[in-house]
Amino acid sequence: MSKKVRLQTLEEVTIRFAGDSGDGMQLSGGRFTQTAAVVGNDLSTLPDFPAEIRAPAGSLAGVSSFQIHFSSKEIHTPGEKPDVLVAMNPAALKVHLKELTPGGILILNKNAFTVKNLKLAGYESDPTEDASLDDDYAVHYIEMSKLVTNVCEGLDLPPKIVERTKNLCALGVLFWMYDRPLEPTIEWLNKKFKSKPEIIDANTKALHAGYNYGETAEITTRYIVEKATLPPGKYRNINGTLAACLGILTASQNSKLGVTFAGYPITPASNLLHTLSNWKSFGIKTFQAEDEIASIGIALGASFGGSLGITASSGPGISLKTEFMGLAVITELPLVVINVQRGGPSTGLPTKTEQSDLLQALYGRNGDAPLPVIAPRTPGDCYFATYEACRIAVKYMTPVVVLADGYLVNGSEPWLIPNPDDLNEFIVNFEKENNSDEKFLPYQRDDKTLSRPWAIPGTKGLEHRIGGIETEHITGNVAYTPDNHQKMTNIRHQKVQNITNEINPTSVYGKKKGDLLILSWGSPHGACRAAIDELLNEKYQVGHVSVQWVNPLPSDLKDILGQYKKVLIPEINAGQFIKIIRAEFLVDAIGLNEVKGKPLNASTIVEKVKELI
Amino acid sequence: MSDNNSVFKKADFQSDQAIRWCPGCGDYAILSQTQKVFPEITTKKEDVVFISGIGCSSRFPYYMDTFGFHTIHGRAPAIASGLKISNPELSVWIVTGDGDGLSIGGNHLIHLMRRNIDLNVMLFNNRIYGLTKGQYSPTSEQGKVTGSTPMGSLDYPFIPSKLVLGAQAGFVAKTIDIELKHLREMIRRANDYNGTSFIEIYQNCNIFNDHAFSNLTDKETKSDQLLRIEHGKPMIFGANDNKGIYIDDTTPKVVEIGKDYSIDDILVHNEKDEFIADMLSNFTSNDVFPEPIGVLYCKERATYDSLMEGQIEEAKKKNKSKKTINDLLNAGDTWEVK
Repeated sequence: MSKKVRLQTLEEVTIRFAGDSGDGMQLSGGRFTQTAAVVGNDLSTLPDFPAEIRAPAGSLAGVSSFQIHFSSKEIHTPGEKPDVLVAMNPAALKVHLKELTPGGILILNKNAFTVKNLKLAGYESDPTEDASLDDDYAVHYIEMSKLVTNVCEGLDLPPKIVERTKNLCALGVLFWMYDRPLEPTIEWLNKKFKSKPEIIDANTKALHAGYNYGETAEITTRYIVEKATLPPGKYRNINGTLAACLGILTASQNSKLGVTFAGYPITPASNLLHTLSNWKSFGIKTFQAEDEIASIGIALGASFGGSLGITASSGPGISLKTEFMGLAVITELPLVVINVQRGGPSTGLPTKTEQSDLLQALYGRNGDAPLPVIAPRTPGDCYFATYEACRIAVKYMTPVVVLADGYLVNGSEPWLIPNPDDLNEFIVNFEKENNSDEKFLPYQRDDKTLSRPWAIPGTKGLEHRIGGIETEHITGNVAYTPDNHQKMTNIRHQKVQNITNEINPTSVYGKKKGDLLILSWGSPHGACRAAIDELLNEKYQVGHVSVQWVNPLPSDLKDILGQYKKVLIPEINAGQFIKIIRAEFLVDAIGLNEVKGKPLNASTIVEKVKELI
Repeated sequence: MSDNNSVFKKADFQSDQAIRWCPGCGDYAILSQTQKVFPEITTKKEDVVFISGIGCSSRFPYYMDTFGFHTIHGRAPAIASGLKISNPELSVWIVTGDGDGLSIGGNHLIHLMRRNIDLNVMLFNNRIYGLTKGQYSPTSEQGKVTGSTPMGSLDYPFIPSKLVLGAQAGFVAKTIDIELKHLREMIRRANDYNGTSFIEIYQNCNIFNDHAFSNLTDKETKSDQLLRIEHGKPMIFGANDNKGIYIDDTTPKVVEIGKDYSIDDILVHNEKDEFIADMLSNFTSNDVFPEPIGVLYCKERATYDSLMEGQIEEAKKKNKSKKTINDLLNAGDTWEVK
């Protein structure tokens, strides 16, 4: 069979895979992502899954999706409205169709549009039968279940297992449509199902079936998305969880310091515990504790013992840890607390992203209890942020909070693989000898950093006691005196401020002065960067600053803010960083606040900027 | 080890901090006996760490001239666990009370028991909240009249030994603040035990709950109400060692030795037998039976910290290709941009 195929080159494409939780959409998305990476596109992804592990099959609540934005130019966000929607069942169509770009491509598994599934999705009539979709979209009605059943005929596999390969069939169709190689996926299947040759066979057949469908059926356009021109070097695709864990491992290797990571199962932070638990050969100790409180206590106890204690959690789990953070502040021990922020308050939106724990990180403890807070801006930046958090925790003898979020840990991007030797030097100095002629002085400080000595049990002559009661300057003895409390409060504050010496000069993207500065922290970085690119193209006099350290703030930030007529702060919360900026710098900043459980859209930011200028 | 061979003296374990417990408090005796016994059980003072939560008993670490950490209410087990797994060489001691360990920290305590990290717990049980001025605690008897329960407390108390046995503790002992020699012996036994050891110490709070244990300490009553148990020895008590525990079919009962029963009929304590341990824990606050002190249960099994070290060694052995951080950084599909 021969047909005329039109080739069209596109700069960027956004595809959303959507289906039932059991349809394997995260896997299809993941494989498409890996292939786009191998092809050399710049890319950004956004997985989105329901809070329920197995919501009833076919129901609206059970729809899971994965979006990938890939491009031949540099991109910063997982895209907004998809150009292509793969809907594996009526529920997925119902949930996601409204976001598909008008005129976009819609790929449907026709076999899933059964009376039962239509009813579950709330359709009164079958939209695949009345041609109503064809008015607005380029629809491909593909009998995927039937296709895979046919190609797998003769394999010794139950029909249910064969049916499950339809996600590979959908992937095959897209691979044909966007001219992608099948080999990386086939290699991956061979590795993943090493001991199950029939499964490899079935999935490979399904992948080819989809690809061949594209080649032989009435799809007449193929799209080319060329490789992107990224800075030279060796790349891989990385998500924020892996990046954060590699940051921890690099910190351990560069410092020769043991790591004890204690956690408690919670979405979406658990994957950090899983990943690190596989790295025992590097000496990393992981511990699943009985609760959130115990996990931070175990981490702090490990730090007292001379290992770097780290814990991670989300949402309510972080609330439970706050008392221990206060103890870490007053005892001045190193500790890293990774908060993978999710929608709140309370249980909130466990699987959705948000940035609403900033004020909690800064102030959510009893007493004046300052601690440094660092916020990664992209999935790959989680590596550098956790590394720095570990380094600063030790150098300044302080707990450090890493404010990541659900989008960062689950999202992915191409990553220029760093060389661990290029990172800031990570030196550990355990106290070896008594620093006094009499009793050891545990709160005798370093003049420059104000940090106290790390004197670990097992070191002869350094026996001393620490605790949560206010401590006497220098001696570390219990002290309730008024002047001492004033002094210690001031020192704890100044110690955190001293960390500004560790922060690189702030870089401004776009115009160095002008009408408006977009100031962001954390994950809106990408959307802000995309918005600025668009605005600069249109000759707007705008710039973007994306801070990584939220506390302390960079010392040059005040001057930068003064270079613009207006400052806009986009955040996925009801307005938190804006309060800090207003309070610290007396700048009448304007907020852009949206809390829908999703990353901010660049277009929303562009719109807001145009409204303000 | 005898005192003569010790590297340290009692004074070496006394810190320079002024002790702030109320005069007459049972804590003084416990502190003093601990300071006295430590020269016998350690030659490396720098390896000893006392960890406490919040409460009267939790001031303990400040008075020991060792490493110490006065943490937060109920959470000493968490800090102690992290400390021990970070450095398994240390000798880690948790000091807690009935409020700290069984109320706010109850969850940590039970998990500590089943986890079996090689550390020691000294729970000072005075059946009252002292530092907050006398509210009833989880070990107070029902009907306890206190500031927060003017008409008497409504809840039933925990029996600590029974609780920790239920939580899979491998070493459970009981003693009393004024039983000085016995107290030192229990600390020694706990130190010798490889795993989590739990010592419940009845401690008199002379301000808010005086005489809570006087039936076990007063001359007139203690011989009939206190049962000193020892491994391999019959469970006898009474003014003339004339009473004993006899198993009648399946249930224990108190019998008189000499008439219908001889010493050979009396149950011999086996500290490795969990059924005997369970039975003894039921003797607490029981009108029919005497209250046991001594080692109720002692059976070793692999510790969490040693198993953890074992997994790390195994993982290192399996990693034959000597994977490095750079291998992990460069894992998966990579590509070059020129």
